[in-house]
Amino acid sequence: MSAPAGDGSGAGSAAPADSGGVSIRLRGCAKTFADGTTALRPTDLDVAAGETVVLLGPSGCGKTTTLRIVAGLESPDPGGTVRFGELDVTEVPIERRNVGMVFQSYALFPNLTVRGNVEYGLRVRGMAPRERHARVHEMLAMMRIEPLAERRVDQLSGGQRQRVALARAIAPRPRALLLDEPLTALDARLREELRVEIDRLLRSLRITTVYVTHDQAEAMALGDRIAVMADGRIVQVGTPREVYFQPADAFVADFVGTMNRIDGTIDGGTLRFPGGALALPDGHARPWAMFRPEDLRLVEPGHAQFSGRVASCFFLGDHTRVVIDLGAGPPLVARLSRREGLAPGDPVHCAVDAQALLTPPAHRAIAP
Amino acid sequence: MRPRRSAAFWALLAFTLAVCAFLVVPVAMSMLAGMTRNYFVGWRSGLTLDWVLKVWTDYRHTVGLSLQIAIACLACTLVLGVPAAYVLARRSNAFTRAVEELLVMPVAVPGLATALALIVTFGGWGDLRRSWLFILIGHVLFTLPFMVRSVLAVMASIDLRTLEEGARSLGAGFAQRFFGIVLPNCRPGIVAGSLMVVTLSLGEFNMTLLLHTPLTPTLPVGLADAYASLRIEVGSAYTLVFFVIVVPLLVALQRASRPRGRGAAR
Repeated sequence: MSAPAGDGSGAGSAAPADSGGVSIRLRGCAKTFADGTTALRPTDLDVAAGETVVLLGPSGCGKTTTLRIVAGLESPDPGGTVRFGELDVTEVPIERRNVGMVFQSYALFPNLTVRGNVEYGLRVRGMAPRERHARVHEMLAMMRIEPLAERRVDQLSGGQRQRVALARAIAPRPRALLLDEPLTALDARLREELRVEIDRLLRSLRITTVYVTHDQAEAMALGDRIAVMADGRIVQVGTPREVYFQPADAFVADFVGTMNRIDGTIDGGTLRFPGGALALPDGHARPWAMFRPEDLRLVEPGHAQFSGRVASCFFLGDHTRVVIDLGAGPPLVARLSRREGLAPGDPVHCAVDAQALLTPPAHRAIAP
Repeated sequence: MRPRRSAAFWALLAFTLAVCAFLVVPVAMSMLAGMTRNYFVGWRSGLTLDWVLKVWTDYRHTVGLSLQIAIACLACTLVLGVPAAYVLARRSNAFTRAVEELLVMPVAVPGLATALALIVTFGGWGDLRRSWLFILIGHVLFTLPFMVRSVLAVMASIDLRTLEEGARSLGAGFAQRFFGIVLPNCRPGIVAGSLMVVTLSLGEFNMTLLLHTPLTPTLPVGLADAYASLRIEVGSAYTLVFFVIVVPLLVALQRASRPRGRGAAR
């Protein structure tokens, strides 16, 4: 029933930030469900000890399946292996993997108080009461929920539940922390607040973390690295900067942040389209170019690479979001910080620096 | 100043009271009859507890047996029904759905038919036919679906799978999470099911009429016997005894089903 003290649960006297964690290595992990649907194609993933990797992608891309394979809630199809450090844990059920998990619905136990929930992982490990109380106190303090200790979970707000779920997951000092869309159920403001909180927590614990989300802002803010997923495979793994500035393909470019796309025809090293022309970077010969809204500049007519008209204009305080119609093709979005306003119909003259232009390959969608 | 009630309110109140009276008056009349010296003369003949005492002396053993069977039946349905509901809730496939449907059969089929089937099948098994356990088998068969359904309804409403995954991620083995998480969170369903099982078992007559022997009459069988062969006052007094036993039991079970208060939460 109770694990022997010494698997991390008995280290009550050690510093709070000692859990650190273990590296995680997935090799050839695929998942086909009983009904024949492929949730995940053979996937490799490496998470260094103490690192936070965010699995980012639209719903149905396989990110939650990947997380559940790491957790041990799903086993990969034969051939796939999961390693925690040097240990092959492919056949080890979640009960003995010593991972902390936070669910989208929190999965708090309604029959227990906040204290009972946080304590649960320690109790099933058979930790001595004195140590257990100290640890629970420490966790409640860390998540700033001490005044709620004796409340039942149905008496808590969404944000409070989230804190309890985090406290419960990290209380047994797990080897890795796994979070499945933990902020999705919260409203925008609370989400922002808790994102900061989670970031602070992960930095202070330096615990190996896999974080699943479909929100690219969350991914950017929290991830040491981001693994962008689509169609049951990882399309790109990289730091937030790499993923943002050097997207591996058109899908990543479009999914992470807002991306403008201009289609046209190649003429030498130049992309020609109805509103004007753009000089393409060397060696890129695809008939489209992409750039971020913040890279579009308004210039004097003489310096313009292309021109269009303002379709709509939204003043958002710190910047203005302008939608520009080139006359053909999808409209472009510009993020401008100038103070004077623009009215729909105004002619605008635009330029984009050559180094801001991206010409990633098209996304290779795989037939299901 | 409280707002004046509308005419519709009074009409509705009157209707509600009329319906209540329709349900309560016969029960009250029956209980009153049990305490009347002579029913045909009416209550003017005077009230007495003689009939109740007579029932208590003559039929005390049926009360004991009924309670014994009800409690044993509850124990059986808890041990069989709660795990069954758990399996049905966790695995939804064609087989479990078929089982769920089959479980309702003893409720749909007339009790007499079930009793006959039991007698035909198990009547020759040693002393089983003469034992109270024979009645118990019938009662368990009849009440089990009520326990399973009631627990299953609660299990379906609490996202059991994710709760268990949460417990597993914290290191809880099967027994730890079944007794520490699953059962406590299904408490309302278990209590409601228990309530049904105990009351149904106590009042079961159709099946028991065939399953009992002269040595194993239950309370409802005794009641039928009293009405059929003795004075109506005795039968009515019997009803009174039945109420005195069942009502406190129901109240106690209802109390147990209330969610725990804040103070008791730890």
